[in-house]
Amino acid sequence: MITIITNKILGKNSTSSKRADGRASDELRPFKIEAGVLERADGSAYLELGGNKVIVAVYGPRELHIRRLMQPDRAVLRCRYNMAPFSVDDRKRPGPDRRSVEISKITSEALMPAVFLEKFPRSTIDVFIEVLEAEGGTRCAGITAASVALADAGVPMRDLVVACAAGKFEGEVVLDLSEVEDKDGEADVPVAIMPRTGEITLLQSDGNLTPEEFGKALNLAIEGCMKLSEAQKEAIIKRYGD
Amino acid sequence: MIFIEDKQMVIPGDVLADKEYQSGRGTFKEDDKICSSLVGLVAIRDKKISVIPLQSKYIPKRGDVIIGEITDTRFSMWNLDINSPYSGILPASDVFGKEKRDLNKAFNVGDVLFLRVVDVDEVKKVKLGLKGRGLGKFRDGILIYITPTKVPRLIGKKGSMINMIKDETKCEVVVGQNGVIWVKGDPSMERVAEKVINMIEEQAHTSGLTDRVRNMLFELLGKEIPEKEEKPETTEKATDEEGEEEENGEDLIQ
Repeated sequence: MITIITNKILGKNSTSSKRADGRASDELRPFKIEAGVLERADGSAYLELGGNKVIVAVYGPRELHIRRLMQPDRAVLRCRYNMAPFSVDDRKRPGPDRRSVEISKITSEALMPAVFLEKFPRSTIDVFIEVLEAEGGTRCAGITAASVALADAGVPMRDLVVACAAGKFEGEVVLDLSEVEDKDGEADVPVAIMPRTGEITLLQSDGNLTPEEFGKALNLAIEGCMKLSEAQKEAIIKRYGD
Repeated sequence: MIFIEDKQMVIPGDVLADKEYQSGRGTFKEDDKICSSLVGLVAIRDKKISVIPLQSKYIPKRGDVIIGEITDTRFSMWNLDINSPYSGILPASDVFGKEKRDLNKAFNVGDVLFLRVVDVDEVKKVKLGLKGRGLGKFRDGILIYITPTKVPRLIGKKGSMINMIKDETKCEVVVGQNGVIWVKGDPSMERVAEKVINMIEEQAHTSGLTDRVRNMLFELLGKEIPEKEEKPETTEKATDEEGEEEENGEDLIQ
């Protein structure tokens, strides 16, 4: 017989930590970032964060043919977040839905402050985020990978945007929620920052938190972002082999 | 205060220097600090710091000599793809003068032209022209696309790199400043040139490239690699300073 071991089952035996996968409350899941994985895209990146697998392609700056979207003084940054039908346990109906439309919008808004859009008037930069496997926190994974892909494409930027979530699970404020923690937890706070200046470009909050808990979650998320930021930098430098 | 060395690799957001330095291309100023905005190599000239990108798009500049492909014929002009976020236009009057003629008789969709950027206005409308020595239409040959910032590297010092490729493959090679390269010769030689050019693009940020290109050329052509003649080839710069633009147009017809 096949037993499917879920994080929940594992969690019951662990005594050291409250968390299902035995992580400390301020510990990230294992991650890996790679730049320049796609041949035909101008820039690309692949990111794994725990059970998340995300691939991002960037095209542009390129000519924008849709007249009504064109901005005379800057480029437009278009993002498309898409989950593969096989990325979750129950097959996801392909195509955009309310959730992915929202995430596409917040991704482009999280990246926009970092990009020098005014250098490319009347053009577009297209970012395609494909979630191949999802395990909680894909929007943050998408943003983190997208900024690596933008840098790989040679798009001028002020900083590499990095995103990470924190939240509350079984009464404790924890970093980088997994899928189970996201579903059964009390709160989820995704944060995106520009690490050099510490400016926040994305801040969402889902669930109930006291002001103290919120402050703690925010600081925890920023700490997590800083760790991911190092990996982003390494990924870009590694791409050129020195 | 300066935080980096010449030719060091930097990424967007890296702090390069304090305010006593000047901010050049590929950098920006924030709170009296100079930061990089690109993935590239640092170039320090006196007090001016710039970053030479490893990957970029061609931004048209007046006076550049470029290669474009016709994508559309309109009433009184042609539209061209110039390997850039902006398309170029070639007015019919530039080709015919005052005379009115059928545009399709001169150039058709898919034709490849060697042009000069006549004007770029504030909304990035790119006007092209064919007036000048060697400008005109290419016949046959293949096109190779590279990152425009690597063009000086491909040409080399006083054309050393490009002339080596020309001599060894016996191909005609014309390089546009928009990163488009036209190669014409024996089909097998065209392949060799393509391979070599793609290799140069991949390794443009490393030093000692000319030697590796020579070895690769000889290997692909099945020639004996000659013993190194003691030529004091000064250590090449990772990214050559403005290599002179390629203005070899004798091989043009039209």
